[in-house]
Amino acid sequence: MAQAEYWEHFAHGADIGVRGIAATETGAFVQAAVALTAVITNPESVAATLAVSVHCEAPDHELLFAEWLNALIYEMATRNMLFSRFELRLDATSLDATLWGEPIDVPRHTPVVEVKGATYTELQVVQQADGKWLAQCVVDV
Amino acid sequence: MGNGWRSVSWMYEVAKLFYPLSLRERVRVNLVRRCMIMDLTLFQQHSDTRWEIAPHGKMRVPAVIYADEPLIRDMDNKVYEQICNVATLPGIVQAAYAMPDAHWGYGFPIGGVAAFDPDHGGVISAGGVGFDISCGVRTLHTGLRRSDIMARQKDLADELFRSVPAGLGSTGGIRLNHQQMDAMLSGGAQWAVQQGYGTPEDLQRVEEHGCMAHAKPAEVSDRAKQRQREEMGTLGSGNHYLEVQHVREIFDARIAEVYGLHEGDVVISIHCGSRGLGHQIGTEFLKEMAISAAQHGIELPDRELACAPINSEIGQRYLGAMRAGINCALANRQIITHLTREAFARIIPSAQLNLFYDVSHNTCKVETHAVQGVKQPLFIHRKGATRAYGPGHPDIPVPLRAVGQPVLIGGSMGTGSYVLAGTTQSETQAFSSACHGAGRAMSRHQATRQWQGRQLVDELAEHGIMIRSPSLRGVAEEAPGAYKDVSAVVDAADKAGLARKVARLEPLIVIKG
Repeated sequence: MAQAEYWEHFAHGADIGVRGIAATETGAFVQAAVALTAVITNPESVAATLAVSVHCEAPDHELLFAEWLNALIYEMATRNMLFSRFELRLDATSLDATLWGEPIDVPRHTPVVEVKGATYTELQVVQQADGKWLAQCVVDV
Repeated sequence: MGNGWRSVSWMYEVAKLFYPLSLRERVRVNLVRRCMIMDLTLFQQHSDTRWEIAPHGKMRVPAVIYADEPLIRDMDNKVYEQICNVATLPGIVQAAYAMPDAHWGYGFPIGGVAAFDPDHGGVISAGGVGFDISCGVRTLHTGLRRSDIMARQKDLADELFRSVPAGLGSTGGIRLNHQQMDAMLSGGAQWAVQQGYGTPEDLQRVEEHGCMAHAKPAEVSDRAKQRQREEMGTLGSGNHYLEVQHVREIFDARIAEVYGLHEGDVVISIHCGSRGLGHQIGTEFLKEMAISAAQHGIELPDRELACAPINSEIGQRYLGAMRAGINCALANRQIITHLTREAFARIIPSAQLNLFYDVSHNTCKVETHAVQGVKQPLFIHRKGATRAYGPGHPDIPVPLRAVGQPVLIGGSMGTGSYVLAGTTQSETQAFSSACHGAGRAMSRHQATRQWQGRQLVDELAEHGIMIRSPSLRGVAEEAPGAYKDVSAVVDAADKAGLARKVARLEPLIVIKG
């Protein structure tokens, strides 16, 4: 039986794509966030002990999705943290979310690569024919 | 593989070690490649290395790809699509160009070059510069021969890895307050030298003498500055590196002599950019330009190609911020140079680390170029492309001027790097531009499916190359076999007249994030 919600990576020449699939658009955003963490480390190795709030705005949901990932990248970079649990609320032009994670522990997390930013390449937020939502883009590493 | 690769027999042997593909995987990769391969019937071939696309659709100028036939056949067809899209942008002059290492990028192909005239509605594009503003390569002489360092190779590798922060989670030892941050963003490497990180002589060997003029720190957001607070003097990750290399082969003895490069010499190359600050500037202006494009009457074929008229309010703000980003990169490479000198002094005190040259390959700069015989100032975007001024250009340091600007080409950690020299004909070929590296041949995912980081580190060590990195998966993603053959790229650039091949460098120590 197919998974209800999941994340995956997809290939891009020099970089990597992150994709979230879920029954809801919000769920797809959450799954893509897990995929972003998985670019750097195993998400299961990241303890959800500290909470951080983020707010993003954009005129449409595709740009909002890129903003969401960029907000995560910013919080990772400035707090030296990794995140593994996400809750978010979406409306037409904004997003409020809480991220849970912990400070980077280099020997334990062995971070593979730093993500520079979410790009608009392969950027998509769509409801597929099977009713599930897909949210994806390529991230620059 | 090109003949250049085969001629380097030991490296071919190394490469064979890195291609342990299962039959199933090999078939899959070939199928993927087959779907992406370039259709050469789309081009008019003007020479062995110049492939032109006539304007069609909304293209305002032709598009030109410089590559030999094997390289262009192997290019992703996204390069075709993206370089044609660049040719549709307002105010573009002469042609949109792609270098021999071109590959699928963001809006612009990586390896893309385009010039815009502000007096004819020309635009500036955040995507045309890239997220890592002023990413570049700096190479230092050491005054040492290979035989001088081999006995201390391990100690040197360990000391450099301790001294130069690399990888996610590492922080620099320098913390800047708001005033200091703005001074750094205005002054670049000149600021760094004033703070004691290097010498005034270094600045003569850096593009723009180490300081990009007209930077506007006030146009850099607080978030971008916050992201940079702990990242001064850090290498980053991905394809960024610090390598101790030796000169393996000289191709042009006359130019190499002027450059001070001799077979067996030890040099150091540093590849990194503007770190979090540049990434944040790119992120913020990409969004703002994508939203505002319609207001400026710009129809974007791809949102990633977001741009604004140079003479618009947002265009001017981006220029000020982007130039501050260039200064951040120049300061960062200057500080890393200082840390490298300190590390060398602790292990090999006799080393004299003098700067050979520093080039950026993600920029937009105002330069004077001749268009149909008339010289005019143009905004030259180089996204994954290196400036390559020919002999006599006044912006080349005096001791090097007679032979052309050094063009520093980073390869992969197993296959080596190249030093090229700008040529006179490069001016007419692509506004004095050349390639910047090998370019990836496969995705990071494919790489990690094929190689184990530990195995790579051990195999490279057997060939005399010591790797230090906090992440073995990161090493696997950067496996030499995941990159195109840098020798083929450089040969094509040489043959096309974009730059002249001078020397090949091979790594002895690799520090990766």
